[in-house]
Amino acid sequence: VPFDVYLNVAVGGVLTGLVYGLMALGLSVIFGVVRVVNFAHGEMMTIAMYIAIVMFAWFHLDPLVLLVPIAAVLFVFGYALQAALINPFITRPEHSQFLLLVALAIIIANTLMIIFGPDARTVQTSYAFDSFQIGAVIVDAAKVYAGAAAIAFTVALFAFFRFSLLGKAIRACADNYTGALVVGLDVKRLYALTFGLGAACVGAAGTMLVLIVDATPMVGPSYTLLAFVIVITGGLGSMPGALVGGVLIGLTEALAGLLFTPSAKSMFAFAILVLVLLFRPQGILGRRLS
Amino acid sequence: VTGRWRLDLLPRNAVPLAVLLVAFLIAPWIVDDYLLTVLILALYYAFTGQAWNIMMGFAGQLSLGHALYVGLGSYVAATLFTRFGIGPWLGLLAAIPVAAACGAIVGYLAFRFGVAGVYFAILTIAFAEFARIGFDHLDYVNASSGLFLPVKQYAHNDPWLLRGDPTMFYYVILAATVVAFVLCHLLLRSRVGYFWLAIREDEQAARAAGIDTFRYKMYAVTISAAVTSFAGVFYAFYYNNLFPEQVFSISRSIEIMLGPIIGGVGTLFGPILGAFVLTTLSEALNSVMSAFGFDLPGATQVFYGICLLLVVVALPHGVWPPLARRLGLTWSGK
Repeated sequence: VPFDVYLNVAVGGVLTGLVYGLMALGLSVIFGVVRVVNFAHGEMMTIAMYIAIVMFAWFHLDPLVLLVPIAAVLFVFGYALQAALINPFITRPEHSQFLLLVALAIIIANTLMIIFGPDARTVQTSYAFDSFQIGAVIVDAAKVYAGAAAIAFTVALFAFFRFSLLGKAIRACADNYTGALVVGLDVKRLYALTFGLGAACVGAAGTMLVLIVDATPMVGPSYTLLAFVIVITGGLGSMPGALVGGVLIGLTEALAGLLFTPSAKSMFAFAILVLVLLFRPQGILGRRLS
Repeated sequence: VTGRWRLDLLPRNAVPLAVLLVAFLIAPWIVDDYLLTVLILALYYAFTGQAWNIMMGFAGQLSLGHALYVGLGSYVAATLFTRFGIGPWLGLLAAIPVAAACGAIVGYLAFRFGVAGVYFAILTIAFAEFARIGFDHLDYVNASSGLFLPVKQYAHNDPWLLRGDPTMFYYVILAATVVAFVLCHLLLRSRVGYFWLAIREDEQAARAAGIDTFRYKMYAVTISAAVTSFAGVFYAFYYNNLFPEQVFSISRSIEIMLGPIIGGVGTLFGPILGAFVLTTLSEALNSVMSAFGFDLPGATQVFYGICLLLVVVALPHGVWPPLARRLGLTWSGK
């Protein structure tokens, strides 16, 4: 295999990895603040993917245009979910939270199954087969757009948490729950807001992902697992970590698919996860575990 | 038999238990073929649920990857049978150490390196997924095309080779469930059991009290994995086909956990009750759906999910603890 093939696959993997990173960022934000592992994360992403597919099929709206609207829809969904269902569970044991979110995942995946049937669906944009050439590197246009959008969305979220008052309040909840209550923050509402933001991330990622992969109703669990792998590799609770983890896993999967066989590619992702958990359990960019 | 290994069979616990056991023993003469397969499925989940409960319910270590041990047990026994003609009970003697060793590896890596809580749970998924993809590419066991046990009409049941009709499988899995129940009871009343409960409630305090928490957590993972591997052997010989995509899948791991969580984590009878509640629910939904001529793919699963949601919202500790209190039974295992 010539060298530039590796290079092309690597660049493609990095761009896909940025979208994975945005998806995982949603999981990281939710866990970092609410301390609940969102086992329905992949299913929430399939919701976004199907909205994008339906909007494209009916109104020929490009997924890139739909990025913010779909993220907003998922934000509302996440906010309502946390406010109505998950808030009473934040003090319950992990297995109880797990069951709640797994039940939710089953409901979402099978509702999509009822509506859309089991077949894989995709969007055929006008630029689906375009590519950019920079020197020896040839890369799909769709992946470039998806990667760029993922970066833009992540930067906006960074800015929100860093500079806005609301973002600072959410970080305060994450750092010290009791302290946040003492200074009079409405923690339950901030939790709902956080879950909404996490859902918005996964919504944006799902919208971009339809440019790259097909959607089926049952694809959720594999993306939930992928998000776990990325978040733990990058460092749970670290925002840049999620992006770094996403790029690392995207790159690994792309190269493993080329060097070995595409069906074995996630094995390498899990191998990385195991190594990280054993030798750097706080993740590549994570803070030390207390 | 020392005092702490005695079964505390108080009359008010023993009588309902004996009635239940007799009902199970005569069930094959009463129910039809379809109901018998449902009972086998329920007992299968009752067995795996109890095995999982040893690790999570007693020692507080959340495993989300128990399909790993089912898969290893089934593949070891099925490979020995198809390649070397070694029967399932001898195969079990090989499956138990393999699964236990695997559990020990997962436990050692996690507990030695301080991986705990959610991280530990995700590590267990990672190992199960690793095995799934690995077996999917392992040509020795036919990779993704699956491993098949020879099937033919049997003139009579052969319990030694586990070849025969569903009634035989029913009694095998019933016996296994009873053995697991007694084992769990004895474990919970033993020194190890009390240490597990101490670790589950507060690991730091347990360590401060002088308990070697690493060792006792290792016991929990190893015993749980070893017990689970029998379910794998049973699965292989009952269904006669094995696909890595199915036996190692994350959905199988979730199904193993649902019974004990719905029934009551950490209780003795909860996993059994939960398995029967869920299997009955799933079958009842199927028959109601088909009775109304409603056969949309996924519709049954949506109602199943809604029922799970309602139970977990309404009964935080599962079905069994409040029920046991209502019935005046002390056998909650707490």
